Amino acid sequence: MALEKITSVKGSGVHVPGNEIDTDRIIPARFMKCVTFDGLGEYLFYDVRKNEDGSDKSHPLNDPRFSGASVLLSGANFGCGSSREHAPQALYRFGLRGIIAESFAEIFFGNCTTLGIPCFCAAKEDIEAIASAIERVPSVEIELEVENERIHVGDQSYTAVVRETARKALCEGKWDMIGELKEGESQVAAVAEKLPYMSR
Amino acid sequence: MSQSLFEKVWDAHAVRELSNGQTQLLIGTHLIHEVTSPQAFGMLLDLNLPVAYPNRTFATVDHIVPTDQRQEPFADPLADAMIKELRKNCEETGITFFDLPSGKQGIVHVVGPEQGITQPGTTIACGDSHTSTHGAFGAIAFGVGTTQIRDLLATQTMGIAKLKVRRINVNGFLRPGVYAKDVILHIIRKLGVKGGTGFAYEYGGSVFDNFSMEERMTVCNMSIEGGARVGYVNPDEKTFEYLEGKPYSPIRDDWDKAVENWRSFASDPDCQYDDVVEFDAEDIAPTVTWGINPEQAISVEQDIPTIDGSDDSDKDLVAEALEYMKLPAGQPIKGTKVDVCFIGSCTNGRLSDFEEAARHLKGHRVAESVKAIAVPGSQIVDGICREKGIDKIFEEAGFEWRGAGCSMCLAMNPDKLIGDQLSASSSNRNFKGRQGSPTGRTVLMSPVMVAAAAVRGEIADAREVFGVGELANA
Repeated sequence: MALEKITSVKGSGVHVPGNEIDTDRIIPARFMKCVTFDGLGEYLFYDVRKNEDGSDKSHPLNDPRFSGASVLLSGANFGCGSSREHAPQALYRFGLRGIIAESFAEIFFGNCTTLGIPCFCAAKEDIEAIASAIERVPSVEIELEVENERIHVGDQSYTAVVRETARKALCEGKWDMIGELKEGESQVAAVAEKLPYMSR
Repeated sequence: MSQSLFEKVWDAHAVRELSNGQTQLLIGTHLIHEVTSPQAFGMLLDLNLPVAYPNRTFATVDHIVPTDQRQEPFADPLADAMIKELRKNCEETGITFFDLPSGKQGIVHVVGPEQGITQPGTTIACGDSHTSTHGAFGAIAFGVGTTQIRDLLATQTMGIAKLKVRRINVNGFLRPGVYAKDVILHIIRKLGVKGGTGFAYEYGGSVFDNFSMEERMTVCNMSIEGGARVGYVNPDEKTFEYLEGKPYSPIRDDWDKAVENWRSFASDPDCQYDDVVEFDAEDIAPTVTWGINPEQAISVEQDIPTIDGSDDSDKDLVAEALEYMKLPAGQPIKGTKVDVCFIGSCTNGRLSDFEEAARHLKGHRVAESVKAIAVPGSQIVDGICREKGIDKIFEEAGFEWRGAGCSMCLAMNPDKLIGDQLSASSSNRNFKGRQGSPTGRTVLMSPVMVAAAAVRGEIADAREVFGVGELANA
């Protein structure tokens, strides 16, 4: 199956500050009562974006200046907690296509890559600089260049880290692995054959 | 060459290197539940792919099941649609489903071990981050997302990069009134919530040697709370003893062969680890969280941290946590009023958790102001507790005794905090809004500490409340 090669993400950005933003915050558990991922974008960061009566709280994702953003900026250990793919699915369905953070939680990072969402690790001060650039000119274009691990913001550019396996998968259009995993079928059977518990 | 258990299991299950540099890893045992699997079955259908090894996937229903009104249809139509969807998916693909009427339903991380599906030297995956629980048996167990569930259903494999291994030794003897939950909260407090990123945690030392299988499960369960996707303990006689006679355990000649095989997976004594960390058991106290992630924990004897007294890099998060938790900085955590007490979850919802709490609760009463619920981790745990009269001890003390499920750990069922209620909880996450109310507050602790909080109506030192060990006469 031919997948799009994700070599860059371009668009405006939005900064959701804070460290240790967990997946319960990104998508509260009660919105996972569903059998498809459709419509999850609506509930992204619900409890920090909405009052109990459904009206908007003050939050960057509710701010019209940042509407239509493609790139999310945040702090350290973004996406910690649960393995729920509902979190990156909600981000994607909200319209976000790339994330810059100081660091990412392991399972969340893998889930994002599998959906073709590049996760860039950047230095705290660079994230702050990009955040203030967005604050000054909300429409400023951010480009995440996957192969070279660079972030361009207007005429500034920053170094970032994209884990090598993710970088290759995205750039070569192999971020969804089902095709390649299927190709290994006979080798899988050979490994399974050697494991007694597989046949019990 | 000497190898760790992680490396041995990895090598036995590695299929080949993928083009992105990851390993295609065979996952021998796949566990599914109703929340993260339906979309994966949908994706399979879209791709017109069958389930490759239906005999190696096992299902249960846990997150959304009501713990009181359990007859179907459930009052919540969304929850009802989810159980029906899982039932249909399992029927259509031939996957074994430990459904409600089976008498074997429960939280996926309680069911796997008690059925003997969780075995040493195996790889396990489940669409749930607490899958690390199964590492207590010397399995390498990963939490995965839904697209990986699809991959597992279609191929019984997933792409993953090898982890480093950090050995965590806890030596010495735990003081009376200190439990496995305190050990893992202490480890996370010291190594941090992201300290384990990129690592598998191998737990060892005399404390783990002495721990029961259920205590090992409690610690492995919360590995992910320390950032480690995988946590495990090397298999030993206790592991084999636990598994003997379980429904899915090997029998007769196969049993002896299996034990020999399982033993061979244990880390070699002289193997090299990427990192080694030592803890002294005597330094561990009954531990409670005060903030909004499991690293924000203190001994029950300590004061709630202040912003000024915190490291510069933590100040923002400390301020955010104090504001959310509405707790007075610099004051003792002991004496904080609690509204709800919850004993249960994949961390602390097993037989020994209820036995130990009941042993202390007997003869005490839950404070008038407190709503207290006890939720067994599985129907089997529930059944044994009923046989032993443990349910009655809880009920006589003023707890509600409920049916099996995840319940108030993440509140996807009707068990939820209301408003900014503060909950003393034996679960694993104290994130904002975790227990079902956007402003609800969670304080994590051991089941016995929850029982003490229930009796006093406030956070209390269980050793004082129940007269345990060195503080018995204090």
